[in-house]
Amino acid sequence: MILGALLTFLSGCSSMGVEPWDRDLLAKPEMAVNSSPLDQAIDDHIYFSKEASSGGRSFAGGGCGCN
Amino acid sequence: MRMQLNQSKNSVSKSRFAEKLALAATALVGTAIHAQENDAEWDFSASAFAYSEIDRVSAAELIFTGEKDFSDTSNFSFKVVLDSLTGASANGAIAQATPQTFTRVSANGQYAIAAFETPTDNNYRDTRAQVNVSWTDALTEDTRYTVGSNLSKEIDYLSFGVSGELAKDFDRRNTTLSAGVSLGVDRFAPLGNVPLAFASMVVDNGQFASNAEFQTAFDATRTTESETINTAELLLGWTQVVNRRMLFQFNYGFANISGYLTDPYKILSLVDNSGISQDYIYENRPDSKQQHSVFGLMKYHLDESIFDVSYRYVSNDWDIQSHTIDTHWRFFSDNGSFWEPHVRFYQQSAAEFYTPFLSQAQLSLPAPGPEFASADYRIGDLTAYTIGLKYGFQLEDGDRAEVRLEYYKQTPNDANRPSGIANLENIDLYPEVDAVILQFNYFF
Repeated sequence: MILGALLTFLSGCSSMGVEPWDRDLLAKPEMAVNSSPLDQAIDDHIYFSKEASSGGRSFAGGGCGCN
Repeated sequence: MRMQLNQSKNSVSKSRFAEKLALAATALVGTAIHAQENDAEWDFSASAFAYSEIDRVSAAELIFTGEKDFSDTSNFSFKVVLDSLTGASANGAIAQATPQTFTRVSANGQYAIAAFETPTDNNYRDTRAQVNVSWTDALTEDTRYTVGSNLSKEIDYLSFGVSGELAKDFDRRNTTLSAGVSLGVDRFAPLGNVPLAFASMVVDNGQFASNAEFQTAFDATRTTESETINTAELLLGWTQVVNRRMLFQFNYGFANISGYLTDPYKILSLVDNSGISQDYIYENRPDSKQQHSVFGLMKYHLDESIFDVSYRYVSNDWDIQSHTIDTHWRFFSDNGSFWEPHVRFYQQSAAEFYTPFLSQAQLSLPAPGPEFASADYRIGDLTAYTIGLKYGFQLEDGDRAEVRLEYYKQTPNDANRPSGIANLENIDLYPEVDAVILQFNYFF
């Protein structure tokens, strides 16, 4: 799906973007790139504690050296 | 988008509780910001969650956040986190066909593990308090900056960090490029002090004439100095609106972490040719780690739902590579409510120095022993799945609430790999982790 989306993205470079009056859907809070910061903070904390990778979406953080 | 979010929220009347909190928060932020106050209101959110592993660690966490626009372009936000951990944490040693005894991390007592049970320290406790603040404002019409700071304190750990980011919009704000830097300094003062690398765990099996003699032997395996960890990170971002329904985000991140990266509470079993533990030795990890990450997110607005999927690749110089696929699908219902299923897949390779145990053959001369070794399952070869469901709904006074339930399962990929020692074939060297997460969010 990511690959397909990326191909769509690259093939349509010249026609990407919308006019300001076409942002009705994009302007919804749910369409923000981080629309659930509380969930994200909790997930980051859990996975940082149980897995060896962190960050990517945002800063990885140093935190404890336990992983 | 955040401005539009705030505008829509501000059109809803605030509850009296939120009004009181707004007064308190304004007082806390101080007069400098208070002087610039405009008509915007504070937006608050609170979250409580419980995390519970079967027969292992349990955690409870409270998060409280607030944010407010102080002008058409500036925004201040804060976050306070309190959490508590209790339960049993794997100490790194392997199960045996006979009972085992270990010394607690602070040397204050012992704990016994039954035959064939994975050794866990059942007295694991920690509490943490964390504060984050962030300020964002425009530099020009299409350029803005964000600066932030965080302070976190645990029983044995202190962490302080600052970060800054510049973002610039292009092409009618359809394209945003950003660059951020984060610096952190941590101080680690482990309970029972810092064990020497590969030192033997001193266990009182009756060989000491007094407790003082035991304590002297224990202290000889330690240094009393605290340790530090320094973190420097770079994060480059590109957000692109594709069309009226779709947007992408791409990030590249680099992190350089240096200092004490060993877990002082983790040990390894040192076994003989028969797989019988002869000793427990403290682990040792490299004192630096460099990490690269690539992250891609796609969000798509369908007629009655929003779908997002992200992929993350992380690689570090400990030889750990990981792939993460994370996806949500939010289905809107009547009255502002929604259902949101969540699926996450994670897979990582093991650190080059990961080993479930050490054998005496590995340490015998003339072969040099390993420079680094850790039996921490979290840096082993593993796969993890998360499935979850969130329900969100609107309250009569305009406030919103969400409930989320998730199940997490972590499976080591080495589970079927022969240990090379016949007597260990019926020992579970790679236990699974199962956890349930229940979360409640409230926005007011």
